[in-house]
Amino acid sequence: MRIPCPHCGERGNDEFLYRGAAGLPRPPADATEAQWHDYVYLRDNPYGSHRELWQHVHGCRRWLVVTRDTRTHVIAAVTDVSMALS
Amino acid sequence: MTNRLSQGGLIDRSVTIPFRFDGVTYTGYPGDTLASALLASGVRLFGRSFKYHRPRGLLSAGSEEPNALVELREGARREPNVPATMVELYPDLVAASQNRYPSLRFDLLAANGLLAPIFGAGFYYKTFMWPASFWERLYEPLIRRAAGLGRSATEPDPDHYERATLFCDVLVIGGGAAGLAAAREAGRSGARVVLCDEGSRLGGWLLSEPGPIGDRPAAIWAEQTVAELQTMDEVRVMPRTTVLATFDHGTYVAVERVADHKLMPEGGEPRQRVWHIIARRSIVACGATERPLVFGGNDRPGVMLSGSVRTYLNRYAVTPGRRAVIATTGDDGWDLLADCVRLGVDVAAIVDRRGTIAADRLDLARRAGAQVFAGGHIGATAGARRLSAVEVLDSGGKRQRLTADLLAMAGGWTPAIGLACHLGAKPVWNEESSAFLAAEAPPGLRLVGGAAGLIGLVQALESGAHGGAEAASACGFAVAVPAMATHSEAAAPLWFMPANRQKAFVDFQHDVAVSDVALAHREGYRSVEHLKRYTTLGMATDQGRTANVNGLALMAQMTGRDIAATGTTRLRPPHTPVAIGALAGMHRGRDYRPTRLTPAQGWAREQGAVFIETGPWLRAQYFPRTGEDDWLQSVTREVHAVRSAVGLCDVSTLGKIELVGSDAATFLDRVYVNTIATLPVGRARYGLMLREDGFTLDDGTIARLQPDRFVITTTTGEAHAVMSHLEYCHQVLWPELDVHFVSISDRWAQFAVAGPRSRAVLQAVLDPGLDISGDAFPFMAAAEGRAFGGLRIRLFRISFSGELAYELAVPAPQAETAVRALMQAGAGEGITPYGLEAMSVMRIEKGYAAGGEINGQTTPRDLGLEKMLAKRKDYIGRVLMRRRALQEASRPTLVGLRPTDRSARLHGGAHFLALQAPATAAHDEGWVSSVAFSPTLGHWIGLGFLANGAARHGERVRAYDPLRNRETEVEIMPPCQFDPEGVRLHG
Repeated sequence: MRIPCPHCGERGNDEFLYRGAAGLPRPPADATEAQWHDYVYLRDNPYGSHRELWQHVHGCRRWLVVTRDTRTHVIAAVTDVSMALS
Repeated sequence: MTNRLSQGGLIDRSVTIPFRFDGVTYTGYPGDTLASALLASGVRLFGRSFKYHRPRGLLSAGSEEPNALVELREGARREPNVPATMVELYPDLVAASQNRYPSLRFDLLAANGLLAPIFGAGFYYKTFMWPASFWERLYEPLIRRAAGLGRSATEPDPDHYERATLFCDVLVIGGGAAGLAAAREAGRSGARVVLCDEGSRLGGWLLSEPGPIGDRPAAIWAEQTVAELQTMDEVRVMPRTTVLATFDHGTYVAVERVADHKLMPEGGEPRQRVWHIIARRSIVACGATERPLVFGGNDRPGVMLSGSVRTYLNRYAVTPGRRAVIATTGDDGWDLLADCVRLGVDVAAIVDRRGTIAADRLDLARRAGAQVFAGGHIGATAGARRLSAVEVLDSGGKRQRLTADLLAMAGGWTPAIGLACHLGAKPVWNEESSAFLAAEAPPGLRLVGGAAGLIGLVQALESGAHGGAEAASACGFAVAVPAMATHSEAAAPLWFMPANRQKAFVDFQHDVAVSDVALAHREGYRSVEHLKRYTTLGMATDQGRTANVNGLALMAQMTGRDIAATGTTRLRPPHTPVAIGALAGMHRGRDYRPTRLTPAQGWAREQGAVFIETGPWLRAQYFPRTGEDDWLQSVTREVHAVRSAVGLCDVSTLGKIELVGSDAATFLDRVYVNTIATLPVGRARYGLMLREDGFTLDDGTIARLQPDRFVITTTTGEAHAVMSHLEYCHQVLWPELDVHFVSISDRWAQFAVAGPRSRAVLQAVLDPGLDISGDAFPFMAAAEGRAFGGLRIRLFRISFSGELAYELAVPAPQAETAVRALMQAGAGEGITPYGLEAMSVMRIEKGYAAGGEINGQTTPRDLGLEKMLAKRKDYIGRVLMRRRALQEASRPTLVGLRPTDRSARLHGGAHFLALQAPATAAHDEGWVSSVAFSPTLGHWIGLGFLANGAARHGERVRAYDPLRNRETEVEIMPPCQFDPEGVRLHG
């Protein structure tokens, strides 16, 4: 796979570290154990578009939000996590 | 070279190349393959078949060859299963036939052929089932002996392999007519083009084509086109390069056979090079593979593919036989007949599936003196080790026996679509082309020529040029895209002949016959994926390139479905076999990964250190001295030195991260379990980091150098993971925090100076301004300062040994100078270098957790570190660490242990059992995580995790290791077995 890093340009996926789904807000300190459980373990497994976190470890070391189609691996968008969340 | 034509062919008759096959010396010419040279010398028998040991000869002239597989080269360079058709001849080449015992001509195991009725599909599954224990000891070795391919070398490969990356606008895969036309169009536009071809000489079918392209012979056109491409700066022509696989986003993997055509690699070149090619557009111009015809006795040496016979005649000037019979389902066989007429090869007959034959063809046959069997078929073949006669039936069923030593089969064409299907697209049957086509190719990839099911030279050239121009245009290059002609030559349909008493093979390499497909059908294996696995059809090294379509067409026939409904199996990479060595590249042995050395490595080597790999690092394990003949003696001396005087240990491999910012303390508070905000400037603290699931990620120290500046350490092994984790926490979770951090692991070397005399040593090297007396610089103090006459240093009073100890950080370039100065300063105090082993012994004596304990499965509670947990703040892992299951008393927690019999030895990995409990998993109460011989205590000690461990100090249990059949009775202790009050530490 090739991932277009917004800072470094298009690079091979072997330069990146994969984490998983993006956009999961960390529960507040007073959240229940069940909420924490869902945050840590519960994941959708979409057939299609998926927003996920990759870190460009062998490049800028920024965490990126990659929108990838799980069926085709077509990457629709890549944004720095700071832009994705704001 | 009895079968060599006196002229013609793309060979150089002025040079003779000697080579050996099965111990016999032959000669050939430059331009030959091993196959063509042997064929020219009259060799027909190339090997024995996989299962029945039937004599086999050449089927083809290309990479699809299923029969003529050889062991190439000898000794450490021996390579099995190489198609003789793909081996370029070089002087003193040595090859041997495979799967014959004791010799190729006389094969004892050919008796398997007589037992053919019981060797059918599923034979192994049905016959060798019972008793199960016989499988490993008896059946498998027997089967491996009887059935099989070549032998790989048993010595390490003496050659090396490389890996490299290429970027281009247009990748053209295949250098035949279509590929050359595509590359030329794209190249002329200025696009960066890479053209790969598996052959040594580009041209593909053009090298076998006797007809002209325009005013030039096809082979000359190919040569001139390649020459033109080579003058273009942005075009790279790569012969001997097979593209193996397609990956996402225009990534391709190819293997270049750099030195396979030589006796051995020359001048430091690799044997092979694996390329990762990143292409914006790609063109698959891999052509098509001719299909064999399926009839009884179709595997006898001398039965060959029609197009391949033409290749031997036209390209290599070799006559594969003296008298031929041609069997054809379409026009292809007639092209061969024309070649035979032109070159004077005797043709006994041509058998055409079609009932009516055009007059000009009949005329050609008349001139050749060949009988024409319109609507006829092949009845049987005869011959012991090579074909001697062919029985032909005319359309009325009348038999005729013809003397012939060559039977050419033209069964139509299978487009080479593999690379277009590697991303998962299913091949779709196209009735008009009588072939599976790649209906939906990956983005940016386009098939042209034979690979697209377009038959004939004109279409290949046109579709190639069109595809090349279109690809360049898509990459933004100005180029006129030529129009595509719409005409097409008629495709040859599939043709199955009536059965006879002889075995009709579908998959030659795996010895799968029509009867096996029929058996699979009878037994219910009707899906093509089941058919493949039950009969092993298409599972040999040739991946069934000549077999698959015939196999599933047969299954379609038997099940009464059409081929489209029957479907085909998935096409997966690699397209052709590739050596593991090539994929491994330079990552082999010591170079498996880079070796990291600490900045003081040279000093340690001088001290005679024995090194050990820890992750990517090479670290000093211990420093043996003269007279010490085992590691335990050295380690014992080193521990005594630290406990009684002073030792020095290089701890530079620790991860070191420097953090600055007004929110640095807040940030650290959220990632460590303990409170950091209250840490005063000039102090350090031990810290524990969790994952969000509550398990321990890492431990280390946090030192506050200034109100807004911290230095933290990580363990050697987790340095990368911790850095990524912190970056995640900051960038994703809390971007609002004002903190910046950077890894300084490589910037600072660090040395532990440990032992009761350590203060004196440091005082001798530190600038006098830095007071490290006990009161001014107590346990867990931290400071920046100068030493060694002005060098910037950082000093931490931290201890992993339990002694009065310091860690001194110096800029990495000055590490050697610093360590030598320390050694000199400590000479009078008896300073002793110590290694990883002594460090580990001392931390086990002190009960400090390390890799065996912080293994990703333990919580702070398991580690006995609950008292560290901050109560009034949130931090990563805080909630899930307290899940009920992780709090249960029965959960193993950290304990120390020692053998009840103090002279006994302890072993890591043993499990705890109550003294009287049976040794079953149900009674397992924990495990031993670390052990060491304690020179200080004079016996073995250990750490482990025991159910309800904290409450069981003093109890006796068994440490039981069923794998090594060892058992030791141990006494459970507090984790810290030496100086539990920490008197020495604070000294």
